[in-house]
Amino acid sequence: MTQPAESAPPERRDSSAVLPVAASAMPPVGAAAPTPPAAVAMRRFSAWYGRHQVLQAIDLDIPERQVCAFIGPSGCGKSTLLRWVNRMNDSIVGARADGTLTLHGSDLLGRTVDVVALRRRVGMVFQKPNPFPKSIKENVVFGAKLHYRLARADLDEIVEKALRAAALWDEVKDRLGSPALGLSGGQQQRLCIARALAVDPEVLLMDEPCSALDPRSTASIEALIRQLRTNYTIVIVTHNMQQASRISDTTAFFFEGRLVENSATDLLFTSPTQKQTEDYVSGRFG
Amino acid sequence: MTRPEAPLTSRTRMSQVVLIACALAAFIAVTALASLLLSIAVEGTGSLSWKFLTSFASRKAASAGILAPLAGSVWVCAICAFVAIPMGIGTALYLEEYAKKSRLQGIIQLNISNLAGVPSIVYGLLALAVFVRCFGFRSGETPLSFSVDWSAMRILSPGDPDSLWFIQIPFGSGVLAGGLTLALVVLPIMITASQEALRAVPKSLRQAAEALGSTRWQVAWRVTLPAALPTMMTGAILSISRALGEAAPLLVIGGFLMVMQTPTNLMSDFTVLPMQIYNWSGRPQEEFHRIAAAAIIVQLAVLLTFNALAIFVRQSFQKPLQS
Amino acid sequence: MTSLPASTPFISPRARPVRVRLRAVFEWLMESALFLVTGLSVITTLAIIVILVHETWKFFTMRGADGQLLVPVKDFLTDSMWSPLLSNPPRFGVASLVSGTLLVTAIAAAFALPLGLLTAVYLSEYAPRRVRSLLKSLLEILAGIPTVVYGFFALTFITPNLLQPISGSFGTHSAMSAGIAVGIMILPIVSSLAEDALRAVPQSLRDGSLALGSTKAETILRVVIPAALSGIVASFLLAITRAIGETMIVALAAGGGVAQLTVDPAAQVQTMTAYMVQVFLGDAPAGGVEYQSSYAVAFTLFAFTFVMTWIGALILRRYREVYE
Repeated sequence: MTQPAESAPPERRDSSAVLPVAASAMPPVGAAAPTPPAAVAMRRFSAWYGRHQVLQAIDLDIPERQVCAFIGPSGCGKSTLLRWVNRMNDSIVGARADGTLTLHGSDLLGRTVDVVALRRRVGMVFQKPNPFPKSIKENVVFGAKLHYRLARADLDEIVEKALRAAALWDEVKDRLGSPALGLSGGQQQRLCIARALAVDPEVLLMDEPCSALDPRSTASIEALIRQLRTNYTIVIVTHNMQQASRISDTTAFFFEGRLVENSATDLLFTSPTQKQTEDYVSGRFG
Repeated sequence: MTRPEAPLTSRTRMSQVVLIACALAAFIAVTALASLLLSIAVEGTGSLSWKFLTSFASRKAASAGILAPLAGSVWVCAICAFVAIPMGIGTALYLEEYAKKSRLQGIIQLNISNLAGVPSIVYGLLALAVFVRCFGFRSGETPLSFSVDWSAMRILSPGDPDSLWFIQIPFGSGVLAGGLTLALVVLPIMITASQEALRAVPKSLRQAAEALGSTRWQVAWRVTLPAALPTMMTGAILSISRALGEAAPLLVIGGFLMVMQTPTNLMSDFTVLPMQIYNWSGRPQEEFHRIAAAAIIVQLAVLLTFNALAIFVRQSFQKPLQS
Repeated sequence: MTSLPASTPFISPRARPVRVRLRAVFEWLMESALFLVTGLSVITTLAIIVILVHETWKFFTMRGADGQLLVPVKDFLTDSMWSPLLSNPPRFGVASLVSGTLLVTAIAAAFALPLGLLTAVYLSEYAPRRVRSLLKSLLEILAGIPTVVYGFFALTFITPNLLQPISGSFGTHSAMSAGIAVGIMILPIVSSLAEDALRAVPQSLRDGSLALGSTKAETILRVVIPAALSGIVASFLLAITRAIGETMIVALAAGGGVAQLTVDPAAQVQTMTAYMVQVFLGDAPAGGVEYQSSYAVAFTLFAFTFVMTWIGALILRRYREVYE
């Protein structure tokens, strides 16, 4: 069952004590800066779809203002975990979870959690771009209009800021009123990122955001992610290990519902401590 | 399990209002259906009897029955099915297998959706001119008539009106005209249903057949049509049940008749259940309302059987088309 | 059978190839036959138009004993009274019939469109799977009931049990009674087509909206319904088209033989369709002015439904959103 928030205030860094993987306690190679506090923390977090257990006792800290990549073979539970962080699994019948999951120390799983407020703080970008069949501008301000009463000038400002942040402004500034579905795939995905940013989230969840895109669009999204990490905590699920190594600060490797290894990205890819991790990142399976 | 009990802010309260409104609407729809069925059951069950099913119409409600409209419905719908099903499937085959994505298909498609929107009573006017009067052929004279004498292998002219193989031109308002009228009414439905069935056949099946060197007709006849047939039959059954319930176009072509015999050939006068229901419902006397309700029960029983048949066909003959 | 050595061709040298010429002829024959069958649907439309135009032309060119036009087009369109039998000379102002049709249709639409849409939203967005399939089969039954049954229901249930207890002004026949029955008849059209449209909205759009912190109702109102709008509007138009053309319900429940220009829901009205039934059931002599007037009415009715269908097709074509 879920418990009220009682664990892991943001400053407490006890991952080495909790994580079974010793590597996470090591400082990242060549990085002198200490690991920042955790934005999202999980302790013995398990999840089920009906009777099928998809995640088993995950202990994981996702550091603030960094990019954390979830990697692992299909069906390992990484997307499920991601979707629990903003409770998108609520709409799936039979989905339930156990253990603790906290955002800056406050519980995310309890019955009293307001998912609407939670999702304002934890935005999400999906695998396939899913702009609403509305204009570009309406897409960007959609979330902002839900949560705030805004004057027209405020809206215009939000649109420009969010589109600039998503590196889309220059491409669309002359046609903000035209339908979002007319954009290319990569532009649509950046629009979805802009839309998520426009509500000022603290955490941005990205579920394989580049898997439906061509290499050029992928490159632009990756560049964008690197920029965004100065202001946002980003969790990205990816199948592409080069991508994980290019853009993330820490990487968590999942296998069959368990967290196998979690450490600084360059460490995980160059000297993994677990055999399974090594096999996976060297391309021997998965 | 971890569904939250959200605080009652105005936004979540609004959310609940929407849910309640939607559920209430669904409830009202169900209530409407329930009260319709119940009121008819209460009104009509008392008059249902074997005698009711096997008697002809009468001026007295107590002795009236629905034999003539039952037989008429069977004849008319059989003719309608015989004409509308092959025509519907043929049109659908042409549109989906031959004229796919052509401009012609666009035009015909628009035309079919137009036809589906034409009120059924207007089809009655068309049928009156084309089938009943045959464009005024021999108007004012005795119709051209003949019948086939199969035992002697010859055609009699003028025909024998009591024979099963009696035809006259113009048709007049007999069962043939009635059946053809209903075929016009349900043809757009039949075409659309068949098209949907054909569209559901995966492209890969067609490509497989084409790759083996099949001609277009061979692909259509041996691959697509068999795969789509169960769904088409479901559509066909639903089209015919629509025909079973139509009264307006038949009122236009023949008016209401008090028919005292079952049809003997394609030219026989007829009435159908919905026309009989209309006639009895429109009378002020309560006892006629009761037998109208009884006739409705029979009509609904037939329709429910048809629906059940459609579900049965759909479930037992539908093989998975893709692994 | 013994297994064949690998070098043996699969087809025996004795096998005769099909006759390609014959097959080509057969192909051509089948395609032509199917083309002709398909052409019949176009011919049907043309025939309807030709017959209606021809007979309507005859109606407007009929002349009385004094050589005057019996019914000039201007009178047909502007006269406020429709009274082919009771007044002398007979009056043929189609506005009375059109207003009857529109009054019944408006009542039906006011009842069925919101209710049908809400039901569709419930089915597509809220209902648990079992409830949904149960509700859908109930609505299918409702859709399969012959319209004459709704007419009976209006006469024997809606009028005495719903309307007359509310107000004494309701007689046996009224626009309200017929309108409600027509509304129940078109409800399943709206709910099932609108539900199809709602369910065609990809789940990813709902997820996208929820992930931005919308409540479920906000997602439905701001994303799902706008995305499905073209389908919903098309379902409304189709339902209204059916209501305009509905015959048996109004012939039974809307009124006797008197057409009047009114917006009073308790009043008896005559619709275009009900008038046609009255002519063809009555003993108006074929070719007489009263008989011929039914074709002019049918032409008007056809024009209404034709325009509605066209608007529906245009909306579907222009606003159909293309989802990947």
